Amino acid sequence: MIINGKKKIWSDYQKEIPDDHYFYVRSCIRQNFFPASEKLFLEIVRDRLNLDFYETEHHTTCGGIAYHSDTIPQETVMTIVARQFALMSEAGYKNYVASCITSFGLYTEILDTWYHYPELEAKIKDNLWKTTRREFNKPEYLAHASDVIYKLRDKIASQAKYKLVNKDTGKPLKVVEHIGCHYSKMFPSKGVGGAEYPYVLTGMIESWGGEIVDYPERRHCCGFGFRQYMVRANRGYSLANTYKKFESMEPFHPDMIITNCPGCPYFLDRWQYVIKEMEGKTYGKDGQGIPVFTYEEVAGLVLGYDPWYLGLQMHQIDVEPLLDTIGIKYSKTDKYLL
Amino acid sequence: MGKLLDKLNKDYRFLEGLNACINCGTCTAICPAAEFYKYDPRIITDTVQSKNEEEIEKLLKSDTIWYCGECMSCVTRCPRKNAPGLIIMALRTLSMDTGLFINSEKGRQQYALSLALNNNILNYGYCVYPRTFKYKDHPEYGPVGKWIENNLDALHKKVGSNLDGQGPGILRKIPDEDLQELKRIFDMTGATERMDTIEKYSLSKAQELGMTKEEYLNYIETTIEIEHHK
Repeated sequence: MIINGKKKIWSDYQKEIPDDHYFYVRSCIRQNFFPASEKLFLEIVRDRLNLDFYETEHHTTCGGIAYHSDTIPQETVMTIVARQFALMSEAGYKNYVASCITSFGLYTEILDTWYHYPELEAKIKDNLWKTTRREFNKPEYLAHASDVIYKLRDKIASQAKYKLVNKDTGKPLKVVEHIGCHYSKMFPSKGVGGAEYPYVLTGMIESWGGEIVDYPERRHCCGFGFRQYMVRANRGYSLANTYKKFESMEPFHPDMIITNCPGCPYFLDRWQYVIKEMEGKTYGKDGQGIPVFTYEEVAGLVLGYDPWYLGLQMHQIDVEPLLDTIGIKYSKTDKYLL
Repeated sequence: MGKLLDKLNKDYRFLEGLNACINCGTCTAICPAAEFYKYDPRIITDTVQSKNEEEIEKLLKSDTIWYCGECMSCVTRCPRKNAPGLIIMALRTLSMDTGLFINSEKGRQQYALSLALNNNILNYGYCVYPRTFKYKDHPEYGPVGKWIENNLDALHKKVGSNLDGQGPGILRKIPDEDLQELKRIFDMTGATERMDTIEKYSLSKAQELGMTKEEYLNYIETTIEIEHHK
């Protein structure tokens, strides 16, 4: 009954997501740590589904990590974002899709602030013109890249080579979904499913054959905390938050974790390694960790891509036991080939 | 109103973040930082709401305002639509603008953050850039991280990156003209001024402690001298 109630609430928090014609901007963290995920995103939408996603080399960081580490002022980050919007306008696009959750949250916050304080938007327009001779229109639609994959989840399922199912038992894999805090905690109406019951990753997992694990600290932050990770003396904050989540999910025996935020998969992956080194504790089967994936990586596995083409060798927690559970073919010897 | 509160009232995040706090403590209950540090966003919100200049100045000099992780979990749950996370951002800005950040251990860390993140933006166009993200500074990167660092170019090529290459793509070289635009934005909108302010107070503090810049940076990045935790 409780699960049914949640499904009803989720269904009330849907948002319209355009099908096509997006201006695509990349994520600093994902390009560093999960580069193949962005490659696969564009391959899925462009090559498999023949959709129009445009990228220009002239876009830059949005400045979000610096802004949330308080090293640049709000006016600076707004002008950088206005420049990104100008690049979109110059290219003739109206739908804007960000690979990064920090960026998505920041864009949402900025558009909301400009709505309430139009004089600030006017000032930023002036700043942008004086510094770059550029002009911008605001996006008509702002999406996170996971919104797009959520929208396309059934089309991906229709081309699937594998399902998120244990090949031996036929049972769905138990999947923990972790949503980046800035996806919808600030502006719940901007995320699929709102802040309390986000459905963006759950929808993908259900469509691809898995089963979502509900656990007490499901909505707790991974612990990035910007300055709390970036400064060595503060890093215990980050580790402690991830530890709290794993202790909470442990009794539910998840097979895998899927995320939609740049930093979260890095922290959930690497802090498992640190917890093992410090405490000797592991959370997966047979002394292994629980593998952590981006949503594009999971889509790629379902579609039958080679795991090393997806960049899964860049994870610290080995993914091979999960690949074996699903029955995905791969070469052990190719993993670290360069 | 006092001069600190006047300045806070010019920050849009303060205006957006503070409505009428009813001191329910929901923000503190949900806050990841409050569980880890001696930190209570309810008290922060109540303090700024009190308009007490002395108490606000104490906050600006304290470690307290630097404990928040800006996850914004508080925003979702506040029944009165306050945003303690945004109030924190306004307080941090004022602490840096006034130089009061130099009085706290956590505040002094802004120098390391400013150099690392802002120089990445100005030099490369990214907040995080693989050639400046070093395993020696991030042992949690793990053995795989060490392997990635040792094979950076070959690995990125294999997984489809365009590391430092021309044209679009993953980790492409951001063209110089775009970096120049970022620099002009920094100069006009206060980022360069903030960097200079942080550096001025930090180098002065380093001199007071008898440290070189490098020694001071290592000190603020690695040293924990007081008890921050519950």
